[in-house]
Amino acid sequence: MLMKKNHKYLYSAGFAVIALLIVCTLALGAGNNSEFGGSDDAGGEVIDKVSDDFGGPWWNGIFGDYELPEETESMLFALQAAAGAMIIGFFIGYVYHGKRDRKFGKHSEPEEKEE
Amino acid sequence: MHIMEGYLPWEWCLVWFLAAVPFLFFGARKIIKIVRDNPEQKMTVALSGAFMFLLSSLKLPSVTGSSSHPTGTGLSTVLYGIACTSFLAAIVLIFQTLLLAHGGLTTLGANIVSMGIFGPACGFAVWHLLRSMRLSIPISMFSAAMSANILTYVMTSLQLALAYHDIGFLTAFSEFLAVFALTQIPLAIIEGMIFAMFAMYLVNNKPEIFGGAAGINAAGGREKC
Repeated sequence: MLMKKNHKYLYSAGFAVIALLIVCTLALGAGNNSEFGGSDDAGGEVIDKVSDDFGGPWWNGIFGDYELPEETESMLFALQAAAGAMIIGFFIGYVYHGKRDRKFGKHSEPEEKEE
Repeated sequence: MHIMEGYLPWEWCLVWFLAAVPFLFFGARKIIKIVRDNPEQKMTVALSGAFMFLLSSLKLPSVTGSSSHPTGTGLSTVLYGIACTSFLAAIVLIFQTLLLAHGGLTTLGANIVSMGIFGPACGFAVWHLLRSMRLSIPISMFSAAMSANILTYVMTSLQLALAYHDIGFLTAFSEFLAVFALTQIPLAIIEGMIFAMFAMYLVNNKPEIFGGAAGINAAGGREKC
């Protein structure tokens, strides 16, 4: 059981550890000269290694060999992250607002001047 | 962790598709029922899906020289169970397949089985186990999310090893494991921490969310962490 007050520090500590872990893995990856490839590609190489008669992928998908430019691809990934983060942010705002309303009543905000 | 388009023989594609279909069916039915019967749960369903969206788009290069991403299935498996998670994961996977050329339509079944069914099932089991041992919600959530993440990748390795094992099944399995699962350990810890922090936030601000979660009553209803 922790006091409510300490939660702020727990969150900060959590984010700090996460940031540290990310930097460490990135640094380790950079130290090994790893490319930002995606483990999907590495998987293909291992298949080649363990299988005698792997003739490459048998279907290239509905887009065929066409690959999106790198910027577009990372943009789409960022878009996906943004969609998720938006919903999470909305939820946190909703919870915050609900809590405030329960505490002070629905129309007690100082901004609301129309009466 | 997704198996790429065309990298799985079609027999296996079929097998994994057939394995995934019942989960998807019951998951879709359960989600529709939840949304219809308790409209206030709509946002929580969206929230657990949003975590999957957010976390599975964060690709990080990692230790073994490959890169991978968290799966984000921890919250929904704890709150809504395996079937619902498989349905939400299918949405994410279809999005990634069609728009990001990440994963594939033919391997969709296999990817749903690993990310939406097997991993979350293990997370679910871990959550129940730890909750029955009366551990706190954030700690259980950390372990559940972490094991869901790692075991997703173990399942991917298993799927690939089942399809390609000309040098012996165990050797192939450990080869795949070295690429997929090892990379995943730091990411799994990060994912576990994100979920533990969010669980802490929920326990303090909206504890009734966990009211419907299985295994909560084992430790005696509401609690603070």
